[in-house]
Amino acid sequence: MAEKHLGHIEPYSAQFGTMIPMGGQKFFRTCVLWQLVRFVAINIRMTILILKSHH
Amino acid sequence: MARLIIMGGGVSGHTAATFAKKYLGKKHEVIVVTPNSKWNWIPSNIWVGVGEMTSDEVTFPLAPVYKKAGIDYRQAKAVSIHPEGKSDSDDAYITIEYTSEDKAGESEELTYDYLINATGPKLNFGATPGLGEGTNLGNHTVSVCTADHATHANLELKSCIEKMKNGERQTFLIGTGHGMCTCQGAAFEYIFNIEKTLTDAGVRDMADIKWISNESFLGDFGMGGIHFSMGGYATSSKIFSESLYAERGLDWIIGAHVNKVEAGIAHYELLDGSMGSQEFDFAMLIPPFAGVGLKAYAKDGSDITDTIFAPNGFMKVDANYGAGAYENWSASDWPSTLQNPTYSNMFAVGIAFAPPHPISKPMTTPNGTMIVPTPPRTGMPSAMMGKAVTLSICDMILNGTTEPTHTANMSQMGAACVASAGKGLFTGTAAAMTVYPIVPDFEKYPGVGRDMNGTTGELGLAAHWVKHILHHIFIWKAKLKPGWTLIPE
Ligand SMILES: Cc1cc2nc3c(=O)[nH]c(=O)nc-3n(C[C@H](O)[C@H](O)[C@H](O)COP(=O)(O)OP(=O)(O)OC[C@H]3O[C@@H](n4cnc5c(N)ncnc54)[C@H](O)[C@@H]3O)c2cc1C
Repeated sequence: MAEKHLGHIEPYSAQFGTMIPMGGQKFFRTCVLWQLVRFVAINIRMTILILKSHH
Repeated sequence: MARLIIMGGGVSGHTAATFAKKYLGKKHEVIVVTPNSKWNWIPSNIWVGVGEMTSDEVTFPLAPVYKKAGIDYRQAKAVSIHPEGKSDSDDAYITIEYTSEDKAGESEELTYDYLINATGPKLNFGATPGLGEGTNLGNHTVSVCTADHATHANLELKSCIEKMKNGERQTFLIGTGHGMCTCQGAAFEYIFNIEKTLTDAGVRDMADIKWISNESFLGDFGMGGIHFSMGGYATSSKIFSESLYAERGLDWIIGAHVNKVEAGIAHYELLDGSMGSQEFDFAMLIPPFAGVGLKAYAKDGSDITDTIFAPNGFMKVDANYGAGAYENWSASDWPSTLQNPTYSNMFAVGIAFAPPHPISKPMTTPNGTMIVPTPPRTGMPSAMMGKAVTLSICDMILNGTTEPTHTANMSQMGAACVASAGKGLFTGTAAAMTVYPIVPDFEKYPGVGRDMNGTTGELGLAAHWVKHILHHIFIWKAKLKPGWTLIPE
C-alpha cells in the first residue's frame, strides 16, 4: 500500500537514511487523549529531574 | 549593611536579584544594573518570529517589578569592574553608563560588597562578514534573539508568504551563522515553526527549507549529542533529529562554518575543507556569542581584564581552564560555585561565566578552521546558577560564611528543555527533553555519558502544552506574582 507519509523522501538522499514516522506514530502525537497521558508523564519526568538537580 | 550588585537583568540575573532581595530583606541593598527596560522571556521569541505572539506578550517592564520588590534598578550597562577600588579607596566598585531616556550617556560609580555578573551574551553578528556589524544585525538575514528582532523576522516571513501565494518559490535557510555558535536549539525551534506556519498558510509546497549548522552531526546541540531512552533503545539525538527533519521534508547542511553572507547568499566552509554557497530568500542565522566586553582594572589603574575574563570575554570562575585536548576533558572541569578565583566576592552565572571548554568535540577543517558548537547554557541551568550563587552570597552576608555554600554544576545537574516544533492548541507539537547531566560524565555513565533513567525525549502535542504553560508560569514568576517562589527554575 502506498504510504503517503513517505512520498516526499528522495531515494539515496540524506533523508533516506533515517527513521520516518508513519501514520500511527503521527496520529498519536496529536491524539488528545493519549497526549493527556503524556502530559502527566512529561510533568512527572521533569519534576524528578528538577528534584535531582537542586543541590 | 551589605550591598550586592547584579549586572544583567535577564534570566539568571533576575532570578538572582529577586531571591537575593527575598532573603536579604530591607537591611541589605540589592542593585540590578541592566540596559534593558523590559524583561524578555526569550524562549517565546520563536513564536513572535512566526507571528503567533506579539512582542508585548513576551516582555514586561522591569521598573514596577523592582520597585515592588525593593530592588534598586539602574537602567544602565556596566562598563568596568574595579575589584580593588582606586588609589584613595579600597572599596570595590563598578562603573555604569545609563541607557534610560532621562539619563542616557551619564556615568556613575557604584561600590559593592558582592558582585554577580549575569550579563549574558554579546550577540556577535560582526564575527561573520555580512551577518552584521558588531552587535547589530545586518540587512541580509533576520534573527530571533531579541523580541524586536523576532518582530522584524515575522514581517519578513509574512512578505515571503505573500510572494509564495503569488506563485514565487522561496528558499528558507535557518541555523547558525558561524563555526563557533551555540544556541542550535533556538534555530531548531524556529525552522520547525516556520515549516508549520508555511503549512498552515497553504504555501508549504512553494518553499524549500534548509538547515545549516556548525554541528558535526544533526542533533549535536552543542552537547555532544544526547542519547534518549526511547522505545527500549538508547536512541541518539542524531536519529531523533534526522527523523524529524526527514518527516517534515527539511534538508540539512552540517559541519558548516558560515564565513560570509551577502544579499540572498550565504558562503560556508565544511568540515572536509570544501567551500559551498547557499542561496536564500529568507535566512535566520544565529550569531556567535561572546562576553559583553566588560573591562577590569586594578587599584593602580592597570588593566586586569585578562585576569578576570577569558579571551572570549566570559568571566573566569572555579572551572579547570587547563584541561587541554578533548581526550583530557572530564566532567570535573566544570565549575560548581561560580566564584571568580581571583576575587572571592565576584561570581558569574548563566551565559556570562567562561566554560572550561566546549562539550562537543572540537573539529578543524584541513584549512585550519575550527568548527565546534560552543556549550549551551539554557534557561533552567542559568536560573539555577543565579539562585545557587545568591544563596551562597546570602549565607556570606547573613551567616558570615567564608566559602560558597551552594553549587550549580552543569555536570551534576540536568536540564529540562521543551523545543517547539509548531504552535497550536490541538495541532502544535514540541520535543520534550530531559537531559541528566547536562555535561556528559563518561566516568560515571560509561558509553553515552548520561543517566538513561533521566535522559528522555518525545515529540507531541503534550510537550507543546507544557511549553505554552511554561511561558505563562515563567512570566508569572518573573513578575513576582503570588506563589512565585514555589515555581522551580
Ligand atoms: C531565540 C532563543 C530561544 C531560546 N529558547 C530557549 C528555550 O526554549 N529554553 C531554554 O532553556 N533556553 C532557551 N534559550 C536560551 C536562554 O534564553 C538563555 O539560556 C538565557 O537567557 C541565559 O540567561 P542569562 O541570564 O545568562 O542571559 P540573558 O537572559 O541574555 O540576560 C543577560 C542580561 O544582561 C544584560 N546586559 C548585557 N550587557 C550588559 C552590561 N554591560 N551590563 C549590565 N547588563 C548587561 C542584557 O540586557 C540582559 O538583560 C533561548 C535563547 C534564544 C536566543
